[in-house]
Amino acid sequence: MIRLAGIERTFIVGEEAVHALRGVNLEIAQGDYLSIMGPSGSGKSTLLNVIGLLDRPNAGTYKLDGRDVTGLDDDELARVRREKIGFVFQFFHLVPRLTAAQNVELPMVLAGIDPSARKPRLAQLLAEYGLEDRARHRPDQLSGGQCQRVAIARAMAMNPSVVLADEPTGNLDRHTGQEVMAVLERVHHNGGTVLLVTHDPEIGSRAHRRLRMIDGAVVADERS
Amino acid sequence: MRGADLLNFAWQVVRGSPGRTFLILLAMGIGVAAVVAVTSLGEGARLYVVNQFGSLGTNLVIVLPGRSETAGAMPGVLVGKTPRDLVLEDALALKRSHAVRRIAPLIVGAGDVRVGALRRETPVVGTTADFIEVRRMEMAQGRFLPEGDPRQSQPVCVIGTKVASELFGTRQALGEWLRIGDRRFRIVGVLARQGESLGFNTDEIVIVPLAAAQALFNTESLFRVLVEAKSREQIAYAREDVEEIIRLRHEGERDVTVITQDAVLATFDRILRALTLAVGGIAAISLAVAGILIMNVMLIAVTQRRREIGLLKALGATGRQILLAFLTEAVLLALGGAALGVAVGQLARNVALQLYPAIPFQAPWWALIAAPATAVITAMLFTIVPARRAARLDPVQALSRR
Repeated sequence: MIRLAGIERTFIVGEEAVHALRGVNLEIAQGDYLSIMGPSGSGKSTLLNVIGLLDRPNAGTYKLDGRDVTGLDDDELARVRREKIGFVFQFFHLVPRLTAAQNVELPMVLAGIDPSARKPRLAQLLAEYGLEDRARHRPDQLSGGQCQRVAIARAMAMNPSVVLADEPTGNLDRHTGQEVMAVLERVHHNGGTVLLVTHDPEIGSRAHRRLRMIDGAVVADERS
Repeated sequence: MRGADLLNFAWQVVRGSPGRTFLILLAMGIGVAAVVAVTSLGEGARLYVVNQFGSLGTNLVIVLPGRSETAGAMPGVLVGKTPRDLVLEDALALKRSHAVRRIAPLIVGAGDVRVGALRRETPVVGTTADFIEVRRMEMAQGRFLPEGDPRQSQPVCVIGTKVASELFGTRQALGEWLRIGDRRFRIVGVLARQGESLGFNTDEIVIVPLAAAQALFNTESLFRVLVEAKSREQIAYAREDVEEIIRLRHEGERDVTVITQDAVLATFDRILRALTLAVGGIAAISLAVAGILIMNVMLIAVTQRRREIGLLKALGATGRQILLAFLTEAVLLALGGAALGVAVGQLARNVALQLYPAIPFQAPWWALIAAPATAVITAMLFTIVPARRAARLDPVQALSRR
């Protein structure tokens, strides 16, 4: 489903070239639950951004659902992102002036889906992620765990091929973090593909497939 | 993204930061209000002048002694050098034209008017019976000067309402006698109140037969001749005929100035329209200032909303959608400001109307369209730079910062 071959990503910092990704080859199958761990600066987030089509590799090919998305232009990338990728961020990134329901609805609004079609899907999402009684609250009236639940529901709004979570528990206490992980794992149980970036070994070890990155290269790929 | 959703999204932003919204509405509102108010004043002045000319009478052609090369000046200002006087015979000859319905020769002078011990200096106008028809004036009491040979003088006069009230108070003026210089005139009529028209207040004048004025002021030369054309279409022919008749009578010299009401009116109309346009344009500068304010506010918004823009991109918004979202926001703000401005401008117009009821202040239709349109276009133009900056934002960088 996701196939990366020879992915290179180089940043120019000052006059030095920093190799964030060096020749990454990776295949992720539908329904995988996978974590990427590694020290900071090891390229985990860059890999996530490349997979999420927010960043373009300098070299290599990326096939998503059988389609080569390496050379697409910005608008086409936006469209693929909208339909196939769901993001969950460390800092939730909810739009502060919109209610929880409006935040969940946002991807469908951007995709231009008719309100009559959005409504039942929104109700379903709110119910699925236990947000019905929080639907009309704004992010500043929600707890961290609730915010992340809203973010996960938003990521799932378009039924993406893969959910990319960048340190989803990094901004939460241990207990809430466990709760949010349970929610993410429910996505996986329902057949979704989940890719998790974390530096917390306890969180990372929950995944069925664990990648380890050092200096922009994948050095370990364990399955259990 | 659907249009309604785009609008709703922009509306959320506008509603979400009331302080910012208020500031922009204020700036845009002031700009639009200034344009509406200033053009209302200009248009009011124009309509005032147009109405004043209209009240002179219809289909009017004015003949002045002397030739002026200046086109379209005010009749009162024209004091041409007169090689040959314009006399009553010239005026009567004008009746030969088929395009002319009536004529009214005028002699104007200042007279020392007395009733008993009361005396007053007023303008005295010598004219003929047709004057009242040519000028479209009404009588309040009695009748106008009698018909008859304009060369014959009868000792009668017609007075304005103000003259009547000043000389007679509440007493009946009709049938009384008054003296002008060493001559006596019986009052046969009082003019209806008409007010000022072009600096000439008919409420303050005394009208006597032409021949009497000739004797009073000891002159044969006419101040001017008012000619009424048979219809609006005939004005041009009447003008040609008048020039030709006078030229023939004055041994081939074109020594009179002929002004048609239309020409004067058109000139004033042009001047005042241009003036209104100019002051409207000056007021529109404030719209440009408001536009710059919008640009600054939007630039700040792009910086403040970096994370949100990054998020929208991550959720699949195209650069175009983000550009449109910012433009929609700007248009909403501009429309709100324009509505506010038009309302305030009309309010200012109503206040001006209360203060000066004689001048028909009103915003010209083009200003009511142009001011809001300029506001919207300015807002859009000035938002393009910030909106493009937002659309080009790199989502990875936008999201990475807290």
